[in-house]
Amino acid sequence: MSQTGALMGFVHRRRRGAELFLLVLALAVGIGAYAAVGLGVDGEVPVDIVGYGGWLAALVLVAHFTLRFAAPYADPVLLPVVAALNGLGLAVIHRLDLAKEAAGKPHDYAQQQLIWMTLGVALFVGTVALVRDHRVLQRFTYTSGLGAVVLLLLPLVPGLGYRNFGAQIWIRVGPFSFQPGELAKVLLVVAVAGYLVLHRDALALAGRRLLFLDLPRGRDLGPILMMWGLSLGILVFQRDLGSSLLFFGLFLVMLYVATERAGWPVVGLLLFSAGALAAYQLFGHVRNRVNIWLDPMAYIDQTPGSGQLVEGLFGMGWGGLIGRGFGEGRPDRIPVAESDFIIAAIGEELGLTGVMAVLLLYGLIVERALRTALICRDGFGKLVATGLAAVFALQVFVVVGGVTGLIPLTGLTTPFLSYGGSSLVANWVIIALVARISDQARRPPPDLSPEAAGTGDDDATQVVKLR
Amino acid sequence: MSELTLFLIRFAYLAVLWIFVLSAISVIRSDMFGARIPEARAARKKAGKQAKPVRRRGQPTHLAVVEGANAGEQAALDDAPLLIGRGSDAAIRLDDDYVSTRHARVAASGDQWYVEDLGSTNGTYVGSVRITQPTTISLGTQVRIGKTILELRK
Repeated sequence: MSQTGALMGFVHRRRRGAELFLLVLALAVGIGAYAAVGLGVDGEVPVDIVGYGGWLAALVLVAHFTLRFAAPYADPVLLPVVAALNGLGLAVIHRLDLAKEAAGKPHDYAQQQLIWMTLGVALFVGTVALVRDHRVLQRFTYTSGLGAVVLLLLPLVPGLGYRNFGAQIWIRVGPFSFQPGELAKVLLVVAVAGYLVLHRDALALAGRRLLFLDLPRGRDLGPILMMWGLSLGILVFQRDLGSSLLFFGLFLVMLYVATERAGWPVVGLLLFSAGALAAYQLFGHVRNRVNIWLDPMAYIDQTPGSGQLVEGLFGMGWGGLIGRGFGEGRPDRIPVAESDFIIAAIGEELGLTGVMAVLLLYGLIVERALRTALICRDGFGKLVATGLAAVFALQVFVVVGGVTGLIPLTGLTTPFLSYGGSSLVANWVIIALVARISDQARRPPPDLSPEAAGTGDDDATQVVKLR
Repeated sequence: MSELTLFLIRFAYLAVLWIFVLSAISVIRSDMFGARIPEARAARKKAGKQAKPVRRRGQPTHLAVVEGANAGEQAALDDAPLLIGRGSDAAIRLDDDYVSTRHARVAASGDQWYVEDLGSTNGTYVGSVRITQPTTISLGTQVRIGKTILELRK
């Protein structure tokens, strides 16, 4: 971790103006989609477009001004990309609502999603305003680790948790249902980063060399085995393939980045293969998913079958290169399209062109987070940013790969697009954390020259807020 | 709504989507090369380099090895920045197995002296803390590098 950047005297610019410009374009993407849905389905611009657009613009501007005042050096691309994805997601969910309404089964998921987005932006503002320095999070390493485990166990508590679509990952308090696992992944990133920043020397240097691989010591395998156990536990007791894959992959990425040793991913992949093989042998639902992946068409009419996947594939095929256009496709044929299969609905109505734009936007989020990790000056910030980038990358890969038939389908939400409050709120918190770290990383180092020292105060010592 | 209008709307929307993506990328591009030296700062830096550091009483004049195989060696701070390591180009050459070839350097900025780790294997410690960024040191602050301890002396 060379620190030459801080010495060569170049600084990053604030770029808040560029962010505002991009946000206007992002609003055009979100509100434009809403208008296009209205035009395509009903033949007219929706009457509430002013209210809807105003609300969306207000949310986005609140987030923008929070960054302007609380994190002026934060990355200028993150917020607009997220705003565009969220706006597009809302419009597509609205489109599916309209289709369901036409079929006589009205529900108002778009409205609920907008409420969740409001809550998400509130949490974004809160996180950016309260966490003034990401390094204070390092003190909560073990607290957040414990918090993550507790959150993951909550759905198994009788009376609180309940099962939906085969996976026991929801809790219900009064009228609200929530997936605690979504927030657990944020806490887990903080915990793993805090742990690795302290112990990475032991994990990186000790060990023995076999062929061209540095294998870690046996006793250092503890944490990776624990994480493996946790992931398997999620798989066995909550029957949630996606989260289990996400958590283990996340841990492997962070371990590899922290230690720079190829031995860890090799050990991890071996453990993963063993776990996957065992799960395939032992659990019917895992075997089912793999069979469906190998030959989707053979299971169309069975329950549990591949109807959803096949409808999604048909939809994307029908969409072709430029899509059917909003209102012209039949995305409502896909069961629960607003959740995991929203990318198939986008593929049907916006085509490959639209899907590629969406994937590129995810790529930009991941790139910005990794870039933040590269220029960040402290190890903890680097690891947290890398971990959050990995969460996004893995989640998008797993869900889009599943929907397009590249890998066996596992249930995960598409960040910011899918209907689902827990995921949306958690992702806004993730973006807030990345924005905070990038603000710290891009902020010019304190000026050490005598003129600036002025009153003789020791400016060179950066005071990390103590409380 | 005619077929043609819908077709145009579809294209217009895809265009908006891609304009957004490309603008975001162009902001990233300008950001990549946009890290610039603010002029005031750069000018001050240049001026500071030409003028010799003002020598005042109570300022450190040399860096000395206090503990380790090379104890007693020292280097004048006039030649700053000083490179410390096992390599032959180092200002203070240490015969210490735990020291990297180019391990750390000590440099000045105005009146402040600071030590910076140059990506060494075993790290540089100020007090008991392993440093991750340039850290200011003053007279008598113990800087540990491998088994060697250095400090600024008058």
